[in-house]
Amino acid sequence: MWKRDESVKPATPPAPAPAAPTVPAAAAPPAGDRRNLQMQGENVNIGKSVVIKGELSGSEDLTIEGHVEGRIELKENALTIGANGKIRAEVFAKAVIVLGEVVGNIAASEKVDIRDNGSVDGDITSPRVAIAEGAHFRGSVDMQRAGSAAAKPAASAAAAKPAASPAASPAASAPAPGQKVGA
Amino acid sequence: MADSARTLTDLFGFFGNRRAASAAPAVTAGTDALEISHPTKSLQKFLACLQARENPVLVDLGPVVGSNVTFFGEQLGCRIRVEDLAADIEAHVKAGKPEALAAFLKSRFTQAPESVDGILCWDMLDYLDRPAAQALAEALGRLLRPDGVLLGFFSTADAHDAVYTKYVVVDPQHLRYKNYPASRPRQRSLLTGDIIRMFKGLRVSDSFLMKSHVREMLFRKPTA
Repeated sequence: MWKRDESVKPATPPAPAPAAPTVPAAAAPPAGDRRNLQMQGENVNIGKSVVIKGELSGSEDLTIEGHVEGRIELKENALTIGANGKIRAEVFAKAVIVLGEVVGNIAASEKVDIRDNGSVDGDITSPRVAIAEGAHFRGSVDMQRAGSAAAKPAASAAAAKPAASPAASPAASAPAPGQKVGA
Repeated sequence: MADSARTLTDLFGFFGNRRAASAAPAVTAGTDALEISHPTKSLQKFLACLQARENPVLVDLGPVVGSNVTFFGEQLGCRIRVEDLAADIEAHVKAGKPEALAAFLKSRFTQAPESVDGILCWDMLDYLDRPAAQALAEALGRLLRPDGVLLGFFSTADAHDAVYTKYVVVDPQHLRYKNYPASRPRQRSLLTGDIIRMFKGLRVSDSFLMKSHVREMLFRKPTA
């Protein structure tokens, strides 16, 4: 009697095809891998077999399950590094969620969230940072107070820093190995 | 007379109880007691020293604790660098080279001298032998800016459990101690005089002996 009428599910309107992220021609995935670049609404998904070397920028939310080396810029959008994603890049975005691996500095104007099993080796600049128990983090966190006179947009602050090589920026002098977070 | 005897008995009982309480076993790994919050008196003072500064630079020598990073970031709007010394100690002990720690710690920190406003040293010195502890204290003294502040915890009891402790900030007055396995126990506990001599470039601004067998000490670097 109270069974929901499955036939009246709201039909998802076909999303207007947004402009895909800019990928240098040399780095574009082969035609056979196009299926790995999926667009779902305003979210672009880079599949796990895709390898991109160079600069990746765009104006929609992006989820990366593949490998990216170089630089990622989504200043007005969110970047999710999926559990299979491996990034060796400088990252600039509005929000960054890490479930996979990142080696390189991250600058986010809103927040950085390293989830359980996520891994970051690099410096983070963001007004909000959350590191889950079980996540790996090595580097520094710069959380400027909102409204502080010295506070600058996170991304520009990080961009002004010398582009340290991802491998060199974290405390490389330590002989040991990764730290497992726990709190 | 009977009343006075009772009073004396009560008095001795009082001392007896106090001894029993103070001799309570230290928290060990794998017990629920790990989740108990312990009061802290120095953390609030540490925060107060840094709150007036704009975007202070903090170095945390403990293992990464996500909630601490968030806490200090939100409280101070700071830049915090986590340098997990426990991992360094562990690596040296596992490699059978604990005696190399002193030389390692002299050049461990890559930051410029006098570039750090606050150091969360926690109880790292407890795990080092005397030369390594001295090397660490000197390196930290160099890192601190004039008027910078260092928070150190020192065990007052000889504990033999091979565990490190993560100090998780609950609020400015409370910490939760979370233990995790270590390859070797704390070294012999340091006397207060020895600690002060180790940090000879700094002055002790506060020292609290806590019921948790921890002496919490706050050091300030004198301004020139």
